[in-house]
Amino acid sequence: MSGISAIGAYIPMYRLPREAFKQAWGTGGAGERSVASYDEDTTTMAVGAALDALNAGSREGVDAVFFGSTTPAYAEKQTASMIAVACDLPAGVRTVDFGGSLRAGTNALLAALDAVQAGSSRKALVVAAETRKGYPRSDFEQNLGDAAAAVMVTKSGAAVEVVESVSMSHEIVDVWRLDKDRFVRSWEDRFNITEGYEYAVKAGVKELLKKAKLTPAEISKAVVYGPDARNHAALVRSLGFDPAKQVQDGLFGTVGNTGAAHALLLLVAVLEQAKAGDRILVASYGDGCDALLLQVKQPPVKARAVSMHLAAKRTLASYDRFLLYRGIMETNPEQPSRVEPYAAATVTLRDQRYTLRLHAAKCNKCGTVTHPPQRVCYTCRAKDDFTEVRIADKPGSIFSYTRDNLAGGPEPPVVNCIVESDEGQCRLFCIMTDVDPMTVKIGARVEFTFRRMHEGGGFINYYWKVRPLLGG
Amino acid sequence: MGTIKDKVAIIGMGCSKFGERWDASPEDMIIEAAYEAYEDAGITPDDIQAAWVGTLRSGEAGGIVADALKLKQIPITRVENWCASGHEALRNAAFGVASGMYDIALAVGYEKLKDTGFGGLGVGRGQNPVLQPKATAPSYFSFIANRYFHAHGIPEDEGKELLARIAVKNHHNGTMSPKAHFQKEITIEQVMKAPIIAWPLGLFDCCPTTDGAACAIICRADLAKNFRQDPIYIKGIGFAVDSMLPMVRPGFNYLGFDANRAAAKQAYEQVGISNPRKELDLAVVHDCFTITEMVIYEDLGFTKPGHAPEEVRAGTFTLEGELPVNTDGGLKSFGHPVGASGLRTAYEIYKQLQNKAGPRQVKDAELGLCHTLGGPPQVSCVTILGNASPTLGVPHKRG
Repeated sequence: MSGISAIGAYIPMYRLPREAFKQAWGTGGAGERSVASYDEDTTTMAVGAALDALNAGSREGVDAVFFGSTTPAYAEKQTASMIAVACDLPAGVRTVDFGGSLRAGTNALLAALDAVQAGSSRKALVVAAETRKGYPRSDFEQNLGDAAAAVMVTKSGAAVEVVESVSMSHEIVDVWRLDKDRFVRSWEDRFNITEGYEYAVKAGVKELLKKAKLTPAEISKAVVYGPDARNHAALVRSLGFDPAKQVQDGLFGTVGNTGAAHALLLLVAVLEQAKAGDRILVASYGDGCDALLLQVKQPPVKARAVSMHLAAKRTLASYDRFLLYRGIMETNPEQPSRVEPYAAATVTLRDQRYTLRLHAAKCNKCGTVTHPPQRVCYTCRAKDDFTEVRIADKPGSIFSYTRDNLAGGPEPPVVNCIVESDEGQCRLFCIMTDVDPMTVKIGARVEFTFRRMHEGGGFINYYWKVRPLLGG
Repeated sequence: MGTIKDKVAIIGMGCSKFGERWDASPEDMIIEAAYEAYEDAGITPDDIQAAWVGTLRSGEAGGIVADALKLKQIPITRVENWCASGHEALRNAAFGVASGMYDIALAVGYEKLKDTGFGGLGVGRGQNPVLQPKATAPSYFSFIANRYFHAHGIPEDEGKELLARIAVKNHHNGTMSPKAHFQKEITIEQVMKAPIIAWPLGLFDCCPTTDGAACAIICRADLAKNFRQDPIYIKGIGFAVDSMLPMVRPGFNYLGFDANRAAAKQAYEQVGISNPRKELDLAVVHDCFTITEMVIYEDLGFTKPGHAPEEVRAGTFTLEGELPVNTDGGLKSFGHPVGASGLRTAYEIYKQLQNKAGPRQVKDAELGLCHTLGGPPQVSCVTILGNASPTLGVPHKRG
């Protein structure tokens, strides 16, 4: 039976207290929401979550990447293929994007489970990420959050077996975005909840429990998608679960509703604490319901998972910064010679091994490690005699740095730095992100993080930055 | 390897007014510099047999010089080597004449930076679009500053104050240079409190963004005195290019530049200099940022590694000091129109060695060094000029 062997998560470091919405608009809920930074999107967060799962377990043998989101970075171009490359998976793995529905995350998970069960994949990485935007002053604006989650689906010896699942469609116009829409649209809330969310999830959960011949009381923990804290609480009570003991916290006060990633994010949070014998129910919502029943044989392998990402946070300075980081508000355009960064699709393809995969060259003769990789060794001039080594998976240290106010960008100063990698003591020119520039010091420990650099050439140019080592 | 020593002379030089030349096109500035040089050398455009022109990105090919100066049917070559492009024009013209192919050649350097709408040299480096998209020149040199402070145990405030002394010195010298972009005294306090460009470098630690052109007439040494009694001779030229951008090169210590050291060594060997601090009378070096000048003191052997701070405090390199550096105010006062700077540094040495530097004149100057450091930074040129006549055979008659 196929199941889950490893888990991972990524929550962007920035959080905006909902008090900030109150200051801006007069109404604001409790707690805070996560906000993807200006250099983050669903691709970069998915890479973060995927690497968390991969670093927890083994990269060996992964042959598929299934990605789910309603907010992929590209309307036409795959995200899973980028995740595979940034995670340094072998060329030619099977990659699939799921989208269009808030169920895209669980759609991807069910498809991966089926593929592994059927034998067409041995080890499938499932990732979901979301960065939905609400109209300024809407409830969505403060209830939504940005995050990603990942699970590794394997067959033999999976720590967490998926013993039953149902997937049912429910056609309704309740929450949607047109092709041209930046912001989530919705019908009247009471209609959405009763005829959409409550109707579909109740039907899905009821069907799952019936198939499994279980009562709600026999579930150790219920992981249920919710549009917000209030409606989530009402639904889980009506499903017959004890909110205090049986229901995974919906993270509405800390992260927010992360859409297609939400059910997987909550599942990762549950599995992080799971014990052998736990029976876990998962229900997602979006144009219907996916419901899964999981049996924990042993806790899945984990690295950072949800708890470490929840703990590592920086409060966003203001509502204005939220608008800026999410691309809702424009600031003064940059001066002419900075407007169009150079980019070429040809170079982006040719250099993929050392940009997206962050490989350096280690000389087979003298051991010198260089990035970008040098065909002729700097030290001994050995020609074409090197081994590629991946730099991104280990931390590094700041060798020198500066806070550059001339470089432009949405949030000056840019922290440009020279990093010495733990892997091979290689020097790299990197931008530091997720950091208070005034705290940067020579010798500080940093980790590599996959980010959006710019949109030169009209496409998204991704590369690696560094940020303070979490827990370092 | 041979030597350029005493094979060629500079018989005329010109330098445009440096500054925000909203009024002037590149051609206007080339004309301004070239006609001053013609007059200084006592030649006409018809005497020029070949030309080299240095610009980083203000024009292509040699045509702009032909167009501006109406030089007709002679070889004109554009050279580019980052900030050393002007020096590269001088160097190529010198070698062209030294080869015996030409008797008189023109070296011109220029740059038009104020047509870009950006107060700097631009953002982003490298062939790959993601590797250094937010790199700036101040960033590169700030890495050096922060590392220098760290390695030598200099607290940040103290380090900033040291750098400020260099800015104050160069601004002071600039007050005596009518062609400089700035002729204004500044105080240490002003430098320390100025807005930060890239920490620790503030506004006054950075040279301004400037337009300008400069020009030299290079002549066979044995013909030079046909044109003037005080030609200035090229005594040595060193030029070195680092392999791999220093910033990502394995083992780079960030305390100075190998290209500087190598270029200086080449030049000193040609001239026979063993103690540059004693043997040179003055130097004009590439103070694109104050920290650059500080490490150049060490790279060019004006002091030992790690000793620049104490020399700065002692005033060793002021106009009245043991070895005056950047007597004309340097890039700090002139600005850095990239292709022009190498020839502008030579212009100052040339004037000083002819005893024509006015209130900033270094007494009895006989041997001077000019220097540019270019790129990310990767390229260094050191040229040494002297006014001592070489022992020559019977000069050829002019024409």
